Amino acid sequence: MKMTTDPHGDGILKMAGEAQLCTFLIDGSVFGVPVSQVQEVLRYQPMTLVPLAPPVVRGLLNLRGQIVMAVDLRRRLGFATRPPADQPMNVVVRTADGVVSFLVDEIGDVIEVSDSTLEKPPETLQGPARALIFGVHKLEGRLLHMLDPERACRIADP
Amino acid sequence: MDEIVKDFLIESGENLDRLDQELVQLETDPHSKPLLASIFRTIHTIKGSCGFLGFSRLEKVAHAGENLLSRLREGELSLTAEVTSGLLAMVDAVRHMLDEIQSTEHDGDNDYLELLETLRQLQSQGAPSTPQPLKTVAETATSATAGEMTAGTPAPEPIRNEQTCKSEDVLAAQQILDARGREAGVETVRVGVQLLDKLMNLVGELVLARNQLLQFSSAAGETGFHTISQRMNLIASELQEEVMKTRMQPIGNVWNKFPRTVRDLALSCGKEVRLEMEGQDTELDRTILEAVKDPLTHLVRNAVDHGIETPEQRTRAGKPRTGCLTLRAFHEGGQVNIEIADDGAGLNLERIRGKAVERGLIPRDRASHMPDREIFNLIFLPGFSTAEKVTNVSGRGVGMDVVRTNLEKIGGSVDLQSAAGRGTTVRIRIPLTLAIVPALLVRCRQDRFAIPQMSLIELVRLESGAGIERVHDAPVYRLRGKLLPLVYLREVLHADPAAEARAGESINIVVLQVAHQRFGLVVDDILDTEEIVVKPLSRQLKSIPVYAGATIMGDGSVALILDVMGLAQRSHILVESRDGTHDEPPPAPAATAGHEQALLAENGRSGRVAIPLQAVARLEEFPDSVIEHAGSQTAMQYRGQIIPLVRLSEIVPVAEPAELRSRAPIHVVVYSEHGHTVGLIVDRIVDIVSLSSEIEALNQHAGVKGSCVVDGRVTDVLDVAAVVRAAIPGFLERQAAGS
Repeated sequence: MKMTTDPHGDGILKMAGEAQLCTFLIDGSVFGVPVSQVQEVLRYQPMTLVPLAPPVVRGLLNLRGQIVMAVDLRRRLGFATRPPADQPMNVVVRTADGVVSFLVDEIGDVIEVSDSTLEKPPETLQGPARALIFGVHKLEGRLLHMLDPERACRIADP
Repeated sequence: MDEIVKDFLIESGENLDRLDQELVQLETDPHSKPLLASIFRTIHTIKGSCGFLGFSRLEKVAHAGENLLSRLREGELSLTAEVTSGLLAMVDAVRHMLDEIQSTEHDGDNDYLELLETLRQLQSQGAPSTPQPLKTVAETATSATAGEMTAGTPAPEPIRNEQTCKSEDVLAAQQILDARGREAGVETVRVGVQLLDKLMNLVGELVLARNQLLQFSSAAGETGFHTISQRMNLIASELQEEVMKTRMQPIGNVWNKFPRTVRDLALSCGKEVRLEMEGQDTELDRTILEAVKDPLTHLVRNAVDHGIETPEQRTRAGKPRTGCLTLRAFHEGGQVNIEIADDGAGLNLERIRGKAVERGLIPRDRASHMPDREIFNLIFLPGFSTAEKVTNVSGRGVGMDVVRTNLEKIGGSVDLQSAAGRGTTVRIRIPLTLAIVPALLVRCRQDRFAIPQMSLIELVRLESGAGIERVHDAPVYRLRGKLLPLVYLREVLHADPAAEARAGESINIVVLQVAHQRFGLVVDDILDTEEIVVKPLSRQLKSIPVYAGATIMGDGSVALILDVMGLAQRSHILVESRDGTHDEPPPAPAATAGHEQALLAENGRSGRVAIPLQAVARLEEFPDSVIEHAGSQTAMQYRGQIIPLVRLSEIVPVAEPAELRSRAPIHVVVYSEHGHTVGLIVDRIVDIVSLSSEIEALNQHAGVKGSCVVDGRVTDVLDVAAVVRAAIPGFLERQAAGS
C-alpha cells in the first residue's frame, strides 16, 4: 500500500516509495525537482532585465504570452556566476506564487528514485544552498541534490 | 440552490434597488399615479413569488407593504415622511430576508412584528383633504415633475391634482423606459461577470498577438499577407472596443443608491438636503466603479454630515433652508472627473491649520505660510479629523486618507476646494480603464520601458544641456517659467552617477503629472506610442515601487511599465508636497562656468552684501514676532528646532543703518553646517547674481571675504561661517562637539 507523506511539511506530498524527478546541472552538481511540479523545460530564452530587482532575478521572459520571472539558480544557491558566454536553460516550475523559471546550466534526464536512497544533505554543503536542499540521493558515483522549489522562489528583498 | 430561487433572488434584488429610488422620488411627487403603480406592482410581484416559494415571513412583510401602498394608490392615505420611512424600512427588511435566503435557503427567524405593527398603524392615518406641500425634500434630477421641465429646481411646489393627461403619459413612458434599461426596446441578456473577465483576457491576448503580427507584416511586404493582417488588425481593434464596452457601466449604477442614503442621513442629522446628479450616463470600467463606490459614499456622507449646515444655521446665514449637494460626472482629458459639491459651510481653514500644528503634522512656521489649497489637502493625512463630534456616520479620522489611498491605487487623484460659508467641492479624477492602455515607449540604456499616456503631459527635447538649473543641488528645468523637477531614469534604475548630461548632449524630457505635481523624466530616447496590455508582475517584483506591471511588445519581448507615482515618490517629488511647500527660490540666471553664484542682500540702507549661494540653505520671510530670546541669544523656532539668529548689521557694520520698523517682516538667510542651522537676518533680499569680477580684499573685517563689483556697486562678499563664528563664538564647534 502506498502512503503519501509530507516530509518537509510544505504541502508537497510524496508517494512513499518512488518519485520521478526532473534533473539538471549547476556548476557540475546534479539537482532534482519532482516532475509533477515542472511545467516544461526550455532552451535559453531572451530575457528583459529588471533593474532594481534582487540580483537573483535575472529577468522576465515571454512564455507564450505569459510573463514569467527567471531566477538564476546559480546565484540563488550561492555558486559562482556563470561565464557570460554561457546561455542558461530554463526549468519552468509551478509554485504557490505562480509560474517561475529557474535558470540552470544544463537539463538532465527524468529519473526515478526511491525514498530509500534519500539522505540528509552533506555537511560540506554550505551557504544559501543549505536552506534550499532538503536531501540528497546517492546515485552511481554522484549526489543528486533535492531542491525545494517553493523556497528557491522566495527571494529576500534587496 | 434551486434555479428558480436563484432567479428570484437576483430579480428581487434589482427590484428592491429600484424601489429605493422610486420611494424617494415619490416623496417629491406623492400623487404620481405611475410611480405608485410601479411601486405597487413591484411589491405585489415580490409578495407573489414569496408565497409561491414558501417564504411566509417575507410574504407577510411584503403583504403589509402592499396594503399600505394600496391605500396610497387609492388616495385614502397621504404620504408623509413616516409613511415613506415605513415603506423604506419594509424594503430593508425584505432585503435582509433575501440575504438570509441566499445563505440559508430560509427566510430567517425574524418575524418583524414591530415593523408589521408600524405598517398596520400607518394605514389608519387620516386621508388627505387637499394635497399637502412636502416636509421632506430629497429630490433627484431624474424626476421630471409635472410642470417643471428643467432639472434641479429650488423648492418643491404643491402638486395640483388636475394635471393634464399628457404629462402623466410622459411620466409613465419614462418609467417604462427606465425599467427597460438604457436601450428602450432592446433585449438584454444576463451574463456572468466571470465570463466577461475571461473575454477581456482573451481580447488582451489577441491585442498582443495582433501587435506581433503587425510587426511581421510590415517586414514581410507581401500584399496578400499584408491585406489579411490589416483585416486582422481592424477586427481585433473593433473586438477590443466592443468587449471593453461590456465592462463599462454608467456611474448612475453607483449613484442610484445615493438618493436614499442622502435622505436617510439628512433625516437623522436633522438637515434638509437636496441631491442633484449630472452625468449619470458617464461610463466607467466595472472594476474602477467598484473601487470608487466606497470613497464616493464616504464623501457624500461627509458632505451631508459635516458640510451642510442645519436649516436654522443656513437661514441665519441668509442661505436657503435646503442645502444642495451636487454630483457631477464627465469625461475630460482621457479621464473621468467626478465632482461632489455642497453649498454648505465650507472647511474652516484656521481650524485645520490649528489641528495640523497641534497634531504635529506640520511645523507651526510652515503652517502660517502654506497656501490655502495645501491646507485643505491636509485633511487627507491619516488621523486627521476636525469634526467636533465624531458621529457614527463619518469623521472618525480614518475616512479621507483611505479615500485618497483607494483612489490613488487605481491611478486616480483627489483634490479639494472650499470657500468659507459657501461650500466645498471635492474633485476626483480616475482613468477610464486599466487593462489596455495607450503608452509611450522610451529607452534607457538598452532597455525599453512603457509609460502610460494617462500621466503624460508633453515631451521636451533640449538640444544641448542648456536650460537645466540646479536648486539646492537638484536638477530642474524651467518650462515656460515654472520650475520642473527632473528625474533621471538612468539614475533611478542604475544609480548611474554620470546620468546627468554633459554640456552639449541633447536631452529628452518626458513631462509627467501625478496628483497635481509635475516633473520631468529624463530618458535616453523616445520611441513609439503603442497600446499595451498591462500584465501584473509576480509577487516578488510587485514591491518595487517604480514598476506598475509589464507588457509584451510587438516583437515578443517583455517591457516593464513604469509607475509614475512610484517614480515621483522615490525621487521625493511628492513627499515635498505632503509635508509642505516646495520652496522656490528667486529665479536664478544660468550658472556660467567659473563664476560663483551669490545672493545679493541689503545691509543697512546703502550697503550691499553678496552671500555665496552654496552657503544658503533656504530663504525665508517671517513676521518679526517669531524672534524670541534664549538667554542673551536671539533665536526662533524653525522646523522643529530652535535656531540662533544673527543680525548681519551687527557683525558687518554699515554707514547708514536701515530704519528699524516695528512689526516689519524679517528676511532670514538660513545657513547650515554639519546639520547645525543658523538664521542670518538681512535687511532685504535683492537678487541672485553671478560674481564675475575679482574679489579684492578691501574691507578687512571678520566675516567678509573681500569686495567686488556687482551691478556697478561695491559689494562685500560674505564668509557666512565666519560671520556666525564672530556672532556666536564657538557655536558651530560647540554643536559639533555636543552632537
